[in-house]
Amino acid sequence: MIDLLLTRYNYVAVALLLGIGVYMMIENANLVKKVIGMNVFQTGIFLFFITTAYVDGGNPPLVKGGQVGEYASPLPHVLILTAIVVGVSLTAVALALIVRIYAEYGTLNENVLREVRADE
Amino acid sequence: MSDVPALLVAVPIVAGVVALVVGQWRDRAAWAVALVASAAQVVLAGSLATTVFRDGTVSYEVGNFAAPYGIELVVDGLSASVAVLVAVVALGVLVYSRVSGPHTPAFHAEYLLLVAGLSGMSITGDVFNLYVFLEITGLAAYALVASGDGGRAAVGALKYLIVGTVGASLYLLGVGYAFVATGTLNMADMSAKLAEVGYADPLVLAAFGLIVTGLAVKSAIFPLHTWQPEAYAGAPDSVSAFISALVSTVSAYAIARLVVSVFTVDFLRANPVAQDLVVALAGVSVVAGSALAVTQSEIKRMLAYSSVSQFGLVVAAFALATESAFVGGTIHLLGHAVMKGGLFMAAGAVAAATGARTVSEYRGLASRRPVLAGSFAVLALAMVGVPPAVGFVGKWYIALAAVEAEAWSIAVVILVSTLLTLAYFARVIERMYFASAPAATAADEATEPTPDAAVVDGGDGPLSGRGSPRSDGGADGPFALTPGVVALVVVVTVTSVALGFVATEYAQLLEQTLPPLLSP
Repeated sequence: MIDLLLTRYNYVAVALLLGIGVYMMIENANLVKKVIGMNVFQTGIFLFFITTAYVDGGNPPLVKGGQVGEYASPLPHVLILTAIVVGVSLTAVALALIVRIYAEYGTLNENVLREVRADE
Repeated sequence: MSDVPALLVAVPIVAGVVALVVGQWRDRAAWAVALVASAAQVVLAGSLATTVFRDGTVSYEVGNFAAPYGIELVVDGLSASVAVLVAVVALGVLVYSRVSGPHTPAFHAEYLLLVAGLSGMSITGDVFNLYVFLEITGLAAYALVASGDGGRAAVGALKYLIVGTVGASLYLLGVGYAFVATGTLNMADMSAKLAEVGYADPLVLAAFGLIVTGLAVKSAIFPLHTWQPEAYAGAPDSVSAFISALVSTVSAYAIARLVVSVFTVDFLRANPVAQDLVVALAGVSVVAGSALAVTQSEIKRMLAYSSVSQFGLVVAAFALATESAFVGGTIHLLGHAVMKGGLFMAAGAVAAATGARTVSEYRGLASRRPVLAGSFAVLALAMVGVPPAVGFVGKWYIALAAVEAEAWSIAVVILVSTLLTLAYFARVIERMYFASAPAATAADEATEPTPDAAVVDGGDGPLSGRGSPRSDGGADGPFALTPGVVALVVVVTVTSVALGFVATEYAQLLEQTLPPLLSP
């Protein structure tokens, strides 16, 4: 069991990142930290994809004059580049919304926000 | 002609940029650009649908990269129908937004971006491409929800963003598992390879669970619906009409596409537990959504919870995966979009005319606003499933399928759902028709020198300013109601009834494209 965890440490990291991300999103009252949690969660998924592309003893997928041999799969890397772009845009929109919420209510704390909005 | 599928995505994206640039010069010009693009979209989608229903499936290789490696756009009867729905509803809501606003160039750019994302989702044949379009749709929808005034819209949008991102990320993770199992991202190719890998493989099962959960978040199935009421209620009226009609609809279409075309019916037969779980979740969604809708006092929140319930019905139909269930699910999916869009438009128009946004404020509406109240009532009854409206046809097929498949619990849920739908709409109809008009409230007295004016003049005056005290920083401020908006609401109402008459023909048309889907 320990051996399995030690040789598959990437997947352990994926599970941890996903767990930490979800926990931050649910448990943290601060809106900015929720967004950071969202980023951590996505990073876990990115790491999962990158790990799946790894080939034991594989070369980088660069073709130089025909002979290549074993090489890592380039496709997941490309997919994750796209996903990272999406993640950055999401973070930008989220932060813009948080700025607006702060300007409106003067707080970033979810619990305080709920109380303020209940009085509206 | 052969480039039509690509144009369906490219036209709104390019037009979105143009609208943003032109809008800097004059606000109304952005609307004109959006109108031209939406009209072009209707023509493109319509011609594509004609081709598909005449000649069969159309596929298009983006950038001429051969199919399993490059991205493929595949249009069959189902995706063509959804693409047409997106285009037509987009055009309708755009006309509505001419009066109701928002009028900023940013709104029109986001709007066209949303149309592009939704069209892309409906015609893509690649699971990762679907994720990208899912996120484009999401980003545009978050921004559109946030275009409402005040903090409420921003809070609703942020909640939508966080929950929606988790949903899309779960979908991406599911795609990752499926990719590890099959090594391909093309839907048709993946479907074949999944069969080779074996449907009992843990990777395949995990992929199915994650993909369905992720998309269920996006289509707001109970208990993953929590983002929806806040987002719909906080958004401007035109945006809630648009989002309620399309965003969840296309996500539910994506569930159907992945369950039926990628995992296939054989997967469901091989894993009855997976099928039962999805059907059970959907059944719970029907009941819980209705129950929550009954407890709402605000009209837009009630309509939002109603969607939770109706999408439960649609997903249950898709998960049953028999032919008539599938036809019923599709008809209800498309019909629901028209009806729910119409209901939100009517609610927005009522708010503009009278300021009424809660169930109790709808008291006596029929005498003050007979046309709007009538439209709302007809749309509500259509949603309940009174024949001959389209809501009836969809439910009829689904109920029939449930009985045929001997899924008795689901048959009961569908029949009960009709009663439950009636439960929350009957409250409104009763208030509108059988309760006397309210005495003017304190807020009205502040703005109106003679409190009885509303009753005396029959409520036909624009009653300017009445809505503003009650919009409590929520949706956009009331707009001046024009006859055009009322006419549009009436047109949507008539459409939702008329669709019921053509639904049977449509079902036959759809069945031609179904056999390869359901019995590969």
